[in-house]
This record gives sequence, C-alpha cells and structure tokens, in this order.
Amino acid sequence: MEQIPASIWTLTAGVVVTLISFWVGHHHGLLPEQASEQAPLVDNFFDIMLTIGTALFLVVQGAIILFVIRYRRRAGEEGDGLPVEGNLPLEAFWTAIPALIVIFLGIYSVDIFQRMGGLNPGDHTMHAMHTPKPAVAVVAEAPSKTTSDATALLAAAPTPEIGIGASPDVQGKAPDVVVDVAGMQYAWIFTYPDSGIVSGELHIPVGKDVQLNLSARDVIHSFWVPQFRLKQDAIPGVPTELRFKATKVGTYPVVCAELCGGYHGAMRTQVIVHTPEDFEAWRSQNQAIATTPVIPSLSDRHVEEMGVTPQLVAQVEAMTHHHSPAKL
Amino acid sequence: MAQAQLPLDTPLSLPEHPKAWKWYDYFTFNVDHKVIGIQYLVTAFIFYLIGGLMAVAMRTELATADSDFLNPNLYNAFMTNHGTIMIFFWVVPAAIGGFGNYLVPLMIGARDMAFPRLNALAFWLNPPAGALLLASFLFGGAQAGWTSYPPLSTITATTAQSMWILAIILVGTSSILGSVNFIVTIWKMKVPSMRWDQLPLFCWAMLATSLLALVSTPVLAAGLILLLFDINFGTSFYKPDAGGNVVIYQHLFWFYSHPAVYLMILPIFGIMSEVIPVHARKPIFGYQAIAYSSLAICCVGLFVWVHHMFTSGTPPWMRMFFTISTLIVAVPTGVKIFSWVATLWGGKIRLNSAMLFAIGLLSMFVLGGLSGVTLGTAPVDIHVHDTYYVVAHFHYVLFGGSVFGLYAGIYHWFPKMTGRLLDERLGILHFVLTFIGTNLTFLPMHELGLKGMPRRVAMYDPQFEPINLICTIGAFVLAFSIIPFLINIIWSWNKGKIAGDNPWGGLSLEWTTSSPPLIENWEVLPVVTKGPYDYGIEQHKGSTDEDEDEEE
Repeated sequence: MEQIPASIWTLTAGVVVTLISFWVGHHHGLLPEQASEQAPLVDNFFDIMLTIGTALFLVVQGAIILFVIRYRRRAGEEGDGLPVEGNLPLEAFWTAIPALIVIFLGIYSVDIFQRMGGLNPGDHTMHAMHTPKPAVAVVAEAPSKTTSDATALLAAAPTPEIGIGASPDVQGKAPDVVVDVAGMQYAWIFTYPDSGIVSGELHIPVGKDVQLNLSARDVIHSFWVPQFRLKQDAIPGVPTELRFKATKVGTYPVVCAELCGGYHGAMRTQVIVHTPEDFEAWRSQNQAIATTPVIPSLSDRHVEEMGVTPQLVAQVEAMTHHHSPAKL
Repeated sequence: MAQAQLPLDTPLSLPEHPKAWKWYDYFTFNVDHKVIGIQYLVTAFIFYLIGGLMAVAMRTELATADSDFLNPNLYNAFMTNHGTIMIFFWVVPAAIGGFGNYLVPLMIGARDMAFPRLNALAFWLNPPAGALLLASFLFGGAQAGWTSYPPLSTITATTAQSMWILAIILVGTSSILGSVNFIVTIWKMKVPSMRWDQLPLFCWAMLATSLLALVSTPVLAAGLILLLFDINFGTSFYKPDAGGNVVIYQHLFWFYSHPAVYLMILPIFGIMSEVIPVHARKPIFGYQAIAYSSLAICCVGLFVWVHHMFTSGTPPWMRMFFTISTLIVAVPTGVKIFSWVATLWGGKIRLNSAMLFAIGLLSMFVLGGLSGVTLGTAPVDIHVHDTYYVVAHFHYVLFGGSVFGLYAGIYHWFPKMTGRLLDERLGILHFVLTFIGTNLTFLPMHELGLKGMPRRVAMYDPQFEPINLICTIGAFVLAFSIIPFLINIIWSWNKGKIAGDNPWGGLSLEWTTSSPPLIENWEVLPVVTKGPYDYGIEQHKGSTDEDEDEEE
C-alpha cells in the first residue's frame, strides 16, 4: 500500500487548524455582553486576534508534540540527530509572516481605536459648553494665606485631552449627557452639572452620546465598565474623559481597576442604562430643590493632607449650588 | 583593571588556594564566580519560597469572594512583596546573577569574571536588600503594588514604602554592577581561539540582558529616589496639588520595568538555547537568528514601555506608537520559538527533567506570548488592563517561562555545579506537578479578566468565585510541586549519583572541565576547535565519508 504524501497531510492539518481556529475565535464566550458602541469593535478585533493566536498555538504546539513523540530517543539508541543548522528560506518565512501579521494588527488597531473615539479626546465644542472642574480644584481655591502655588497650577486645569473622545459619528458635536465623575477611596461620585444631581450610581440614557469627565480626589483610580469594554484612569491633577453610547438597557458593574488602597476590591458601583423616558423620569425625580448643599465627606487624612479647612468648606458651600443627592 | 588581566596561556599556580571550596566559603565574601553564582542561586531560591508562601496566602484569601482570611491591607502587603520578591529577588538574581555568573566565564574559557570583587559586592548587596524588604513588614509592609504608583505610595504605609524603595535601589545597584561585569567579561575575556560566532547563545543573551539593564535600571533608581524624597522630604515631584505629575513616575517606572521582563526572560532564552540542542542531540537551528534576535529584543524592548499605560495619562498618538512598537517585539521572540521547535526536528530527544522543563516552557511561553500580543494592542488592552487577564499573561511568561527555564537550567547544570546528578524520577514528578499546577492556576485567570475581575483585589464579585477556587487549587498543587524538588536537591547534593565531567555529552566549554570545576576553572585554558552546538556533524561527516568510500 502506498503512503499518503506528506503534502496531503499538511494540507489536511492546515484545513483542520483553520477550522478549529475560526470556531474558537467566534465561539469562545470569554467576553461579557456588549452594551456600548465600542464593545463590538473591541470584540471583533479580539476575535480576530484569538483566531490567529489559536492557529499559531495549534501549529507550534502540534509541532512540539509531534517532534517530541516522533524524534524521542528510543531505548538503546545511540548517536546524534540530523546536523541541520538552519534553512534561510524557512527562517525568512517565519520572520516575514509574523511581521506581516503584526503590521496588519497594528494598522487594524489604529483603525479600531479611531472608530472607538480614541484619537479624539478633548473636543473643543465640549470645552465651550462645560469646563469640568477637577476635584483637586478644591485646593486651588484655598485661602490666599497658604504658601502653596496650587492655585496657579490647578486653576488652569485644561479640558481633558486624555481618554476616549468622540467617535467619528458624533465628532464636533456636543455630547447629549455630561457627567463629572470623581474617584475617591473607595467610591465613585457622579455629578450631573446641568441638573446638579449628585449620585453614587451612574444613570445614563440608552443610545445617547455620554461624556464622563473623570477626576480623582486622592489617588489614581480607574473607571471600568466591562460590558462597555471601556476603561480610563482617573488621575489626580490630570483631567481625563470617557465618551460613549450605551446600546443596551440594563444595569452593569462599575469597577475600579487601579489599585487604590486596602479596600480597592470593594470600590464597586453600577451604571444603570435607562430608556430615554426612564432617564428623564429619574432626572426629574432627583432634581429636587436642595436646601442643604452636600459635599462628599472627606476622610481625616484628606482634610489634613489636602489642606481642606472648615473655612474652605464654607467658601465652597457659598460657591456651589448643588442640590440634594439622590443616593450617596 | 589589573585584576582582569589574567595570564591566559599558563596555568595559575596559587598555592594558597585550596583545590575546592568548602561549605563555609559560601558564607564569605568569596570572589570566585562559581561561588558567587551558587550564592545567588541559593539566596534567590530562598526568596522564591518566601514569595511563594505569600502567593499561597493570597490564593487562600481569593478562594472566597469576601475578605475573610487576610486583612485587606495585609493582602496588599503580600501582593506587593510577592511581586517584588519574585522579580527582584528571585528571577533576576537567579537567572542573571546565578546562571550568568556561574556559566559565562566557564562558557567563554575565562578563569573568572572581569571584576571579581565587584561581582562579590554586587551579590552582597542582595541579602541586606532582602532583609530590608522583609523588615518592612514590621511597619505594615509596602502596600502600593510592585509598581508603587504615587499618590497611593506616598500616603500608604510610608515607612514600609521607604524601606521598599531602598531595597529596590540596592538590588538595582547590584544589577548595574553585574551588568558592567558581564559586558566587559564577554567582550574582553573570551578565550582567544573562540570566534564571536562560536560564542554560546547563553552568552549572547547575557550580553543583551546586561546592555538592557545598564540602560534602563538607572532610570528606575532615579524615579524611586524622587519618590523617596516626596514621601520623606516634602518635595512634590509627583504631587499634583503642588505642580508635580503622577504620570511622570509611571514613565520612569515602566522605562525600567518593561525591560525588566526582558531581563527576566532573555537569560532564560539563553538557557533554552543551551539545553535544547544538548538533549535533542542536534545543532541549534538558526544560531545567528537567535543571537541577533536577543539584541533586537534588547533594542526594541526599550521602546515599548507605554503599553503599560494605555489607560493612564497617555495621549492618543502615544497609544498608537507604542501599540506598533509592542507588536514588533513579537517578531524576534517568534523567531526564537520557531528556531527551538525546529531544533527538535530530526533530533534524538532525551526526555529527561531538564528537557521536559524546556519543552514545558516552550508550550507555555507560546500561550503567554500570544496573550501578550493581544495586550499590546490599545483597543483590547483598554478592556483588559489591570485585570486578571494581565495576571494570567505575565504568569505564563514569567512562571511558565522564566521559572520553568530556571528549573531546566538547574536540572541541566546541577551535575556541573555539584558533581552529582539529580534523581530523574523525582525530577519528572516535579515537572508533572509544576506543569499541571501552572496551567490550573493561571489558565482560568484569562477568563476572569475578560469577564470583569480586576487584579489586586482582596474581595471580588461573587460571580467569579468558582473560577477563583480552581485557581486556588492550582496554586496549592504548585506549592506541593516544590517538595519533590527540594528533596531532590538536598538529597542529590549529598548522595546523588556521581555525574562525571560531561554527563550530557555537551560541547560548550563548561563541559570540558571537572564537575565541580576547579577553582580557576581549568589547569590549562581550553582551545576551541568546534562550535558549541556541533552535535552530529562529525558523525554525519563520518557516515558521509564511509558512503563515499563505498562508492569508490
């Protein structure tokens, strides 16, 4: 009986590896549900990389296992293997192919990132509409008797130019909803500047262009909603933004992803994506006229280290027009 | 410099020298590279056990969603010091200090390193640094992660954090001194008969590693000194409310700490390039490609650090530039992997412990490398950064890669270091347990991260509990896997089978001297007559000649 030619085996293996890779790449089920415009972009890209990765893994792993079994030293066998020291065409091939793959992935990354809005943080239309006040700006308003030059340094906090900005379809337009998000040990404070609502949960309407202006009051935090595939650090002194459209009504976790202290793991809240009508209802329900302004309490250490004096609090109270929070 | 000018053509006759070192010599400021190498390896291994115990404690905590085993601050202290110890006190000193010091002079035909006293100084900076790090637990332990980002590091357990910084500066200094030594040794002290294309690939890897360490380590030292000043002396380099910038620290930190992963893997690549050909009985496939890819990784590796900061204060152009540069690193790394796999082809593979660990490394490093490519792209990294996906990735490349490589190296060169063979049955048991434990612990973590579990948390969303339990079971398997290895090392060192000078039939120069080597390595320096990987070439030539004779 004649042997099956090696080329047939190779072709068969190639087809099998390709089929397995495509199946794994599209049925892995490793990612949570998609709930933002950016999520399908990231997921499709991940699927492609997982497909390529699976193929490479199977080829390399298959070769290792095959060679180890086939070329293992049998009992009593002496001597050395074939003295093959190299093969220029083969080496050129396995250098060029990965190089082409990574060039493709690099170009595709830029394209995906651009479609996510990653190339457009710091929309100037936004700047004209609402200048976010970073949380550390509290320090900038410290009494003039302090020797700190923080006023000059922080009062001129620029519009966020870091983060995820407007995706191409909303570029140049003002966002539908703006929320100032402040991270502090161990909570997120969401402030709606147009209505004065302060909340411990993020409420947004589905299908609307939302911009989060991120700031941090003590240490670095990182705002992450796994179902949105979006994450951005909230950095003291560096305003950052996150702009997106939620595409699915529901409640999703908001996780702090950057180590921020002992209870970092407990710094979790949720984002509630409403229908537009429900969102309006929530907003009007929570837009009660406040008589007592609420400033999120700072720990003693913050008071001590950030120079927040009772006089300063009074000063801030006089300046703010915040209303009662819905939840804290 | 005078000490580097050893006469190369005549044997050194130093009558005051004993024939071999005694056990107590390993507790002295001995300047022999072999003693220093073993000092590094043993010290690093002790730290590995300490770091491993911290890992077991952390995994025990993470078996349940609530914080019910460790206090969250203690968890963070363990997490911080586990990372610090495993990187700065285990893999780097074992791979570079241990194997580098022991093997480089032996492989190039030198009697010692270029600067033996500097070498001893570099080692002896490590124990006080380790003591300082462990003593920091008296003050709560540093709790800001091995990255120690300010402002968290400037306001949390500040005394312990300062001790942590000083410890890292000490080991960093050690690393710089060691790097200078390796570069000069490899460059100037090769035996004259050795051409550059006959230099063992481990030495090429050490050269690349040393260049990388020399360029990058001072930047970390600078960044940490500024952090120390911010914590203790009222400066505000990283204090945003006084004109500082926290992102600057991240740049300074990662400018060293990304190359640090290459410091941890390049020497291991060198070990792989030595172990695989010997046990496959074949020349290394693509010698030049492997040598140059080490240098390529060294160069490109300096320009990828911002991929650790894609979600931080990084402008868009920087995210894109560093996505591209990070992806490029995959090419030289891939070249090495393919070359090692090709080396297996047509071999006569001895599946002993050293080779099993090398093949295990090959399997797991591929997976770690592929997940690394996904992390290198900004769009996906934004989702998985600071999650368990990252933890899975770097444990695949650092445990599945570096630690497996260290084990392969220990099984391979233990006979040279001690004159005795390790027990193969215990070695295979060690491999099986380690391989199962590693995959059981770290494979499920990919899913944890993708699904939404952040890293560095003592308490987490209960939905992740079942997968975490699997990881914890895996961690216990890994912990138990150390037992056969420890028994093997201790027993074999004293009572193991006598190895002989060259038990594996290796061709590189370290196998031309006695086991353990003489104090000055050789009575008469060896002359290089063939390449370090010329396995089967003479035999093949012989058989070809016979064929020709028959034809005649």
